Amino acid sequence: MGEKMINLTIDGIQLQVPEGTSVMSAAAGIGIEVPHLCFLKDINEISACKVCVVEVQGKSKLITACNSPVEEGMVVFTNSPKVRRVRKTNVELILSQHDCHCATCVRSRNCNLQQISNDLGILEVPFTEEVPETPWDHSFPLIRDSRKCIKCMRCVQICDKVQEMHVWDVQNTGSRTTVDVADNKTIDCSDCTLCGQCITHCPTGALRERDDTYKAFEALADPEKITVVQVAPAVRTAWGEELGLSAEEASEGKMVAALKRIGFDYVFDTNFAADLTIMEEGSELLERLDNSRKYAWPMFTSCCPGWVSFVSKKYPEYLRNLSTAKSPQQMFGAMAKTHFAQKKGIDPNNICCISIMPCVSKKREASLSYMKSAGAGQDVDIVLTTREFVRMIRAEHINTRFLKEQAFDSPLGESTGAGVIFGVTGGVMEAALRTAYAVVEGKNPEADAFRAVRGRDGRREADFVLGDKTLHTCTVSGLANAERLIEDIKAGKVSYDFVEVMACPGGCVGGGGQPIHDGCEFAEQRGGTLYRLDSERKLRFSHENPEVQKVYEEFLEKPLSRTAHKLLHSEHVNELYFETHNYL
Amino acid sequence: MSRLKIATTNKAQLTVERLYKDLERRIIASPPGLCPVDLQLSFLKMCHAQTCGKCVPCRVGLGQLQNLMEEVLAGKATLKTLDLIRDTASDIVDSADCAIGYEAAHMVLAGLEGFREDYVYHIEHGGKCSCHITQPVPCVALCPAGVDIPGYIALVKEERYADAVKLIRKDNPFPTACALICEHPCEARCRRNMIDSAINIRGLKRMAVDNARANTVPVPEKAESTGKKVAIIGGGPGGLSAAYYLELMGHHAVVFEEKSKLGGMLRYGIPNYRFPRERLQEDIDTILSTGVEVKLNTRVGNGEGEISYNKLHEEYDAVYIAIGAHTDKKIGIEGEDAHGVMSAVEMLRRIGDDDMPDFKDKTVVVVGGGNVAMDCTRSAIRLGAKKVGIAYRRRQNDMTALPEEVEGAIAEGAELYSLKAPHKIEADENGNVTALWVEPQIIGPIDAWGRARPIQADVPLLRIPCDIVVVAIGQGIETRHFEEAGISVKRGTITAMSDSEVKDVHGVFAGGDCVTGPATVIRAIAAGKVAAANIDEYLGYHHVVPCDVEIPPVSYEDKEPCGRIQLSEKEAGERKTNFDAFECGMTKQEACQEAGRCLRCDKYGYGSLKGGRAAIW
Repeated sequence: MGEKMINLTIDGIQLQVPEGTSVMSAAAGIGIEVPHLCFLKDINEISACKVCVVEVQGKSKLITACNSPVEEGMVVFTNSPKVRRVRKTNVELILSQHDCHCATCVRSRNCNLQQISNDLGILEVPFTEEVPETPWDHSFPLIRDSRKCIKCMRCVQICDKVQEMHVWDVQNTGSRTTVDVADNKTIDCSDCTLCGQCITHCPTGALRERDDTYKAFEALADPEKITVVQVAPAVRTAWGEELGLSAEEASEGKMVAALKRIGFDYVFDTNFAADLTIMEEGSELLERLDNSRKYAWPMFTSCCPGWVSFVSKKYPEYLRNLSTAKSPQQMFGAMAKTHFAQKKGIDPNNICCISIMPCVSKKREASLSYMKSAGAGQDVDIVLTTREFVRMIRAEHINTRFLKEQAFDSPLGESTGAGVIFGVTGGVMEAALRTAYAVVEGKNPEADAFRAVRGRDGRREADFVLGDKTLHTCTVSGLANAERLIEDIKAGKVSYDFVEVMACPGGCVGGGGQPIHDGCEFAEQRGGTLYRLDSERKLRFSHENPEVQKVYEEFLEKPLSRTAHKLLHSEHVNELYFETHNYL
Repeated sequence: MSRLKIATTNKAQLTVERLYKDLERRIIASPPGLCPVDLQLSFLKMCHAQTCGKCVPCRVGLGQLQNLMEEVLAGKATLKTLDLIRDTASDIVDSADCAIGYEAAHMVLAGLEGFREDYVYHIEHGGKCSCHITQPVPCVALCPAGVDIPGYIALVKEERYADAVKLIRKDNPFPTACALICEHPCEARCRRNMIDSAINIRGLKRMAVDNARANTVPVPEKAESTGKKVAIIGGGPGGLSAAYYLELMGHHAVVFEEKSKLGGMLRYGIPNYRFPRERLQEDIDTILSTGVEVKLNTRVGNGEGEISYNKLHEEYDAVYIAIGAHTDKKIGIEGEDAHGVMSAVEMLRRIGDDDMPDFKDKTVVVVGGGNVAMDCTRSAIRLGAKKVGIAYRRRQNDMTALPEEVEGAIAEGAELYSLKAPHKIEADENGNVTALWVEPQIIGPIDAWGRARPIQADVPLLRIPCDIVVVAIGQGIETRHFEEAGISVKRGTITAMSDSEVKDVHGVFAGGDCVTGPATVIRAIAAGKVAAANIDEYLGYHHVVPCDVEIPPVSYEDKEPCGRIQLSEKEAGERKTNFDAFECGMTKQEACQEAGRCLRCDKYGYGSLKGGRAAIW
């Protein structure tokens, strides 16, 4: 089918493309980009906005380039006077129901609607402004601003097709049709795990994270507060994107320098906590394997709060399969307000613990009632997404090109390559296997021995020999894949020992808190950056992290010790079940 | 100055008249699932535009009602608002001068009563509505079996008839039956009405089965045998549909049929000239090719030579009751036991078994106004009756029969005695019918369902001389045996839930006419499909029924208004002499044009968002 070639003419250029190609991608192939708004390849090909209309010679009705396949001999005009007029009218109609206060919009300068409107030279809208306003709980980590929604349905489709959580849906009928939480629920009562994929696929500012930058600025300005910031692995792969820096230019050192310039007192690395997580979670896995009858199998990773939230909402019976290890973010918070505070002689109540995450769900994780094991309020006080971090850099008018590289602070700043790859799907699994192997075999494996867990597929299986056992592992990213995994486990179709799940496709690098590039997926490229950083690290095994070793010597004694349990673990089964179902 | 002028319609008025017609057609094509409150507000706006403006309740009141309804829709209303809407509307009803005002207010009151919960929902949920468009394609939404209509229309357009049959069969194993005699509810809200008129969907289906006979299109591969056995009571369209899908799912279906041939009402209710037996056999043969086991002349009951329901329940893993509605209803008038009085069920059953009643040169009166009455009338004509009349107590346009059936009967020479209620049957000393006495009626008040009720006319009884009276006033269901076995029966029908499982009896399902009362073939088929799916689940499986036919893409042709192709018929004088089929299929030219009118709602509109088809079930 795909072999058959079709001849057509677009804007006077003759071309040949495989049968089934859309007019839009045929045009793109010869350098003609047909403007579009709602289109999202393979996800949302519904031609709702009617911005990508094109004219076909001999036909009076325009067709939409995004979802119309080419036909033999067709002659297409992507910018005839009629096309331009209709496209302009449709954009004006969209604008008539859109809050056009771009100056106060989080997506200004990164908004396709703004861009298309500018490109079409729309200087005023001839229609009555009818901006719909619906109430929203602004304390929720995800904000929907109905005034900016253009009903492109991308959020509905991402949540339906990629995550299969069905949180959003079309609401009302007729002229009152809009988008809202499905079944007329409120967002906090929905199944929303805060993966944030709807945000990163929204073409406008209708969906965004709750802005917490002002809290960070307040803490920075408070002379009593010691600000301690941690940066998640995936953030370093993406923070420079919106600032015009290449992946190489946006180095870890420059990122640290930017944070110091903003004024954070201590700049630490979540990678350190990731190494610590491996020590705890890896030890837990070995402990569970040694006493396998006591535990429910497989063991699930617990570092992704979207995934943990998914389990507690949809499969609470599987909560006991989750590792009790807290996520690196929360381990870091607990360590900052105990060990670090003691070492520096700081009252932990004066510490404001801030984290920069590629994630929206982390905002909720930090606020869970049981995430305060250090006894000084929430272990993590403020969570900012990568996007909020970039906004702070801009607000501080920092010219990143002039930044000199700086190192993370000590003692919570050192990390290994194993901690680095936490931000990409398969990374937690690989890091855990590196250390587990070393513990069981008494020697390090090749650092890349477990690279079989890497990859683009939403679900990957791999078996590894560990001592006298064969460990069956599975790595999953995206919640639709997670749901299928659990259903298969339930049905007895598959059985594993250790399963890593990340809610966002591709892992944290593709997280809902990452910079947005309309219509493009960056997870793979950013994941590549993490693997590069891993390969460049001198140390690539969590157990070799000298600062981690020191923390155990000075404070935690050993993995799974009493102190470690108190600070670094939680009984998700009880705590989360209560929290989730109380929350609902 | 002229004293009088001849009124001529100006261009504006002519255009408005045309727009009225457009609007009428648009209302016909209104998709299911819309918010009733929002619709009501739109109706009210139109009503308000009609006001002459003289009277306060209409000029101002209708506007204020709109404001109140806007508040409801915007989530700014309280339950008190509803009281105000009701009171105001009542006051408009009571004080408006003319129907423009009081009927508009009546509509508001009707809505307030009919969908009050929708009003309340908006109020309690901040203006949000609970309505959803669940099936975006109108024809599919209205087909009880959910057949992929745009899909097979597109296939017919490409002359891929066998693929069309396969696609239809995914949801309906009786493509031929439905091509010839389906009442086509799918056409009722066809979006093409908005442009000109509905697609001739049945005609296009007929094109498919005429060019790819069902028994020449192989059935899909069956799933691996599960070893489960399902007893199906009744070999009509519902029972055979369930049997077909159960066999495809790997279960063994055994059909128990009391008559000597399969087909149920398709054979014993519908005459050959509408649905030739050999065409029925094409569907039946296909269904049997899946391995369905059939026990003919086997009645389920406690009598001699009969097999009891309890035994079936014991011996089979599940039971599907699809016994249809095959008993006759009596009018309850004097002389009904006379010789020459016959029920429609009996008459059509005999014809079905090729045991033709002797009507030669007789005068026949058929009592009733439904499709069965028309079948009896037209059959009586074909049996050589001298004269055939139809006695009906309401008017011709109140008849429940399809208009084309009534018109066909009249064209073939039937006499219509409308507004004549049967009073008594007169017989001679030998007990042979000599006449039907009727009470003339006048049409009277309209009931709550919008039907005009006949009332007795102030004139003497009328005598209609005749030799035969055929009573076609409806059918009943023989439920006694099942009721005695503990199956719940209410108002003469078996009580089954929407998943077709019989209430409180595990593993027993029922559907079709015996549950709904006499209805259509497609509803029986749909019930069989639903039962098959739920029996499969009940047996602990989750087989899916797929179809691997690829649907052609849409074409970019402009949708210019174009008339609907109607199927032609043999002329009345020729067709009335025999039982041969008289409807003619489309030519390729006709089918191609008609299929090209389809708007492909599976690919355009809401279908492109929510998916235009269920590829499997």
